[in-house]
Amino acid sequence: MSHAGKNTKVDNGVNVEALLGAREALTAAPEAAKFTWRAKCEWLNGVHSHSTIEGFYGLGQEQSRKKKFTFDADHPEVFAAEDSGATPVEYVLVALASCLTGGIAAVAQNRGIQLRSVSATVEGGMDLQGILGIDRDVRNGFDGIKVTYNIDADATPEEIRALVAQSQKRSAVYDVITNPTNVTVNVA
Amino acid sequence: MRSIDHVVLERGEVGNSWRTERWDSLRLLTPNWQSRLPGFGYDGNDPDGFRTTPETIGFLERYAEVISAPVQTHTRVTSLRRVDDGYELATTEGGWRCRTVVLASGACNIARTPAFADAVPPGIRTLTPMQYRYPGQLDQGGVLVVGASATGTQLADEIHRSGRPVTLSAGEHIRAPRVYRGKDIQWWMDKAGVLDERDDEVDDVTRARRVPSLQLTGSPERATLDLNALTARGVKLTGPLATIRGGKAQFSGSLRNQCALSDLKLGRLLDTIDQWATVNGLDCEVEPPHRLEPTRVEDSPPLGLDLSSGEIRTIIWATGFRPDYSWLESPVLDRKGYIRHDGGIVPSPGMYLMGMPFLRRRKSALIDGAGDDARDLSAHLAAYLAGAHPR
Repeated sequence: MSHAGKNTKVDNGVNVEALLGAREALTAAPEAAKFTWRAKCEWLNGVHSHSTIEGFYGLGQEQSRKKKFTFDADHPEVFAAEDSGATPVEYVLVALASCLTGGIAAVAQNRGIQLRSVSATVEGGMDLQGILGIDRDVRNGFDGIKVTYNIDADATPEEIRALVAQSQKRSAVYDVITNPTNVTVNVA
Repeated sequence: MRSIDHVVLERGEVGNSWRTERWDSLRLLTPNWQSRLPGFGYDGNDPDGFRTTPETIGFLERYAEVISAPVQTHTRVTSLRRVDDGYELATTEGGWRCRTVVLASGACNIARTPAFADAVPPGIRTLTPMQYRYPGQLDQGGVLVVGASATGTQLADEIHRSGRPVTLSAGEHIRAPRVYRGKDIQWWMDKAGVLDERDDEVDDVTRARRVPSLQLTGSPERATLDLNALTARGVKLTGPLATIRGGKAQFSGSLRNQCALSDLKLGRLLDTIDQWATVNGLDCEVEPPHRLEPTRVEDSPPLGLDLSSGEIRTIIWATGFRPDYSWLESPVLDRKGYIRHDGGIVPSPGMYLMGMPFLRRRKSALIDGAGDDARDLSAHLAAYLAGAHPR
């Protein structure tokens, strides 16, 4: 059951030693593994909003970022909107694809597989009769999501398929999307 | 012969869990030839067959007789604690003092059930595999079997054949053909040394100890019982049961990847077997290699199931087992409630563990694994009693 062989020259830009070290440290100190991720969102106009991401909590304390990340969300013109940002559901697709893609690089590094290129296309199907309240049997969210990867790497097709499968197994966003999550929305 | 004075405490009769905690049709998942205990192999005329439950009990009883094991039956240990340079046990038949103790109470004392099990609507009967005996025990109507390892797949098959339509919720599972290239999968894993792999030879022994059981069944037909076999018979397949909310079962959308992971793992196992066969010149003696059809998953597996519609009458939690250490008054458990040990040597002087998954070898939890582990650990135990300080 060998993988492509641990080639020390493999470099996907992932510091596997640091990740494995963190895994070991957090096994010994499970409290430090509890993270809280945060975003802030400000309404601008219409369905246009502006979100920012700065700090998060983890490793037992508040953590700050090198810079502030901002995201504009809006809807396309066919929704009678200004199209000044991606649609929120598109952010979900971005989140899934980027989580899986990062995971592929990390797993490949750990398995000694050199990646040359990784690209994904993500599609989420949606029937607007749900959010528009036309048909109560239609859900609001995606009726399915399809991700297709094109990967060029020093590995057999089976090893590449195993990278993609393992990345799904360990992906936070894949878990968020495939499993229910309790959501509490309060008004302060 | 080490001639160390010892006693075997048994809460019931020899083979107690096989007598009281197994369903009626269960057969050993390992072929007859593989039930090898030290000096006690198989000498019958069906080496490739699988022992029934009464045959398995008889096998264990005969071994206890042959080795004159000093078994004290109907003696349940109620507490074990360290005192002075040894241990003190309380049992339902009085107390014991000993310098060393071997915990061989098994990995499967309590059936695991998910935290949301109490959200099952009233009117649906829930059973663990320890309570299930035969299909006729269940109401007519649909059955949701949660878990698709060896237990879940066998129960799904038997219950579905009884005319009770089964929905099988599959999480992480390990697919395996019963027979590959004309030989039992256990024959290959035995011959190729997979079962002899040691705890210090695998990358992550903690993970290896948690690997689910192979999807195997021991039938006279030597049939493969994977998800494709079950869905071909009409069993409905869903992803892992994520929760039950408002009388509705919610399944994870990850079924396709659960099956992909399992198919890929199986492919690697068969590659290992094929390479070993070639290197050892067996290619002419066995059938040619082949690969199994990928697990079939429908385009949109169900994500929900209304448990209040009457369609499902019974839920079976085939969601694994855990050991019961409620009687163990010794600080040797990790935060998950498992005994800390290094290949069966517990960090409490003179305490040993036996019969757990991948204790010292991949085969440690098999009958066939007991001999080698016992040899290693009894050597350590004897050295400890002799005053040496082994690792």
